[in-house]
Amino acid sequence: MADTDTGARTDASPAAGVPRDAHALAGLEAGLDALDTVRTPRTPLRETLVRKVLPPVGAVALVLVVWQLLVWAGVAPAYKLPAPSAVWGEVRVAWLEGTLLDYIWTSVSRGLLGFLMALALGTPLGLLVARVRFVRAALGPLLSGLQSLPSVAWVPPAVIWLGLNDSMMYAVILLGAVPSITNGLVAGIDQIPPLFLRAGRTLGATGARGAWHIVMPAALPGYLAGLKQGWAFSWRSLMAAEIIASSPDLGIGLGQLLENGRNNSSMSQVFLAIFLILIVGIAIDLLAFSPLERWVLRGRGLLVTR
Amino acid sequence: MATTVTRAAEDATAVTYAARVEHVSKSFPAPGTPGGQQLVLDDITLDVAPGEFVTLLGASGCGKSTLLNLVAGLDLPSAGSIGTDGRPALMFQEHALFPWLTAGKNVELALRLRGVAKPERRQEAERLLELVRLQGSYRKRVHELSGGMRQRVALARALAQDSRLLLMDEPFAALDAITRDVLHDELTRIWQETGVSVLFVTHNVREAVRLAGRVVLLSSRPGRIAREWTVGIPQPRRIEDSAVAELSAEITEELRGEIRRHGRH
Repeated sequence: MADTDTGARTDASPAAGVPRDAHALAGLEAGLDALDTVRTPRTPLRETLVRKVLPPVGAVALVLVVWQLLVWAGVAPAYKLPAPSAVWGEVRVAWLEGTLLDYIWTSVSRGLLGFLMALALGTPLGLLVARVRFVRAALGPLLSGLQSLPSVAWVPPAVIWLGLNDSMMYAVILLGAVPSITNGLVAGIDQIPPLFLRAGRTLGATGARGAWHIVMPAALPGYLAGLKQGWAFSWRSLMAAEIIASSPDLGIGLGQLLENGRNNSSMSQVFLAIFLILIVGIAIDLLAFSPLERWVLRGRGLLVTR
Repeated sequence: MATTVTRAAEDATAVTYAARVEHVSKSFPAPGTPGGQQLVLDDITLDVAPGEFVTLLGASGCGKSTLLNLVAGLDLPSAGSIGTDGRPALMFQEHALFPWLTAGKNVELALRLRGVAKPERRQEAERLLELVRLQGSYRKRVHELSGGMRQRVALARALAQDSRLLLMDEPFAALDAITRDVLHDELTRIWQETGVSVLFVTHNVREAVRLAGRVVLLSSRPGRIAREWTVGIPQPRRIEDSAVAELSAEITEELRGEIRRHGRH
């Protein structure tokens, strides 16, 4: 039942009928505001270092120690398990020859360009799927299915259709990343509280203005999650494409480096390639997506500090 | 069934009302019975005069929020007609502020969507925040504000639409008593300063009497206008005034009668 404040008191408080003066009201209000306001202090840098940076660095150090111990124990011959120092030697050689950054840049530039193309395609597609019922019914299941299809599967047809060139790489990246980005945006839009959409409509934000001012910013957290996954899929698809399809015209990216290492029976080069692939993946996430995500969540008061 | 929704500002004829609801009914598809209709509002006729403060009072299921949505243009009536003087502004029980914008930018978005030029937006937003006594909160994020402050920013944003009619859907129901009391005083002050017409929905009898020039009681299932009271107590009133208490007691008795009817069958 409704709360109806059934106060049938006839005795009035002493102040009844006396208009509260504006100054007292402002003071009361300022007091309430001060009491109710929550301040969230930012964690100091030192604490961030101890709590966020130290543990992963320690874990990496531990892996290196275990690896070195395994090498010393001689569990596998050197052509199967190279020592950390041998891999480090590969890094030095590649660096001194000036090829190290070339390998990385060949792959990263391809990956980023492919990702940007996937972004440009996946975003409008996501808006369409989320907002147009017919498009959702038609494409929704297909996109979810594509998301679970390993993009390596696209390499052979892409090579046959497009040949051994960059377009084939981009095609594989797009097929890997577009479904993730689209699905991320759709999920983000589906999770928008209906109240925001109603509020937007009463303010006059309909159609394209509604999409720009309300729908896109409200869906941003889900969209970012989709972008992050989209990048991971771009990177994986690209590595698969580079390992399988090698040609002198394509230059040497990290995937080719790995494949060359296998052909030359140089396990330290294979390890080098694997580490570089891993490091690039982590670096992009750490330098681009994580700060972006934290910035968005902090602005909305959604960042839970643990 | 004839239904019309008029936005009176669009034609040149002078309007003598902020909102005019004529013989409006609304049905929704009844759950469980295919093709069945549930009548939520039945033949509502109600005028809000320019500058008037009207509260719509009723128990659960009286369709008061439905009526407000119809006046806001968020939904269409099944029968009857609704006219408003321009597009009304709407305030919800939840603040409905956009968390990706600061307090000031929330107000500015309303100005921008209304077509206010960029150079004037900042200044106008500051003025509106000052009107709700939140000067200095322009850069605050929504989550940094208390419940009462959020509702005041929401009020500033609604006022930024520069509508002649402000619709309020239980905007203070989720606030604590002291904050609500303060916001009643603020709303009365702002209503007097701006001359905006207000249609305010609540289930709180005291709140209805505290604020309104006219209290309209709706019956439940379906919602019909049961009775109206003109409140002659001069503003600013206080919720604990004896005159407010007396009228509240009378209205509460009537409301209880309405609710009791539903227990009998």
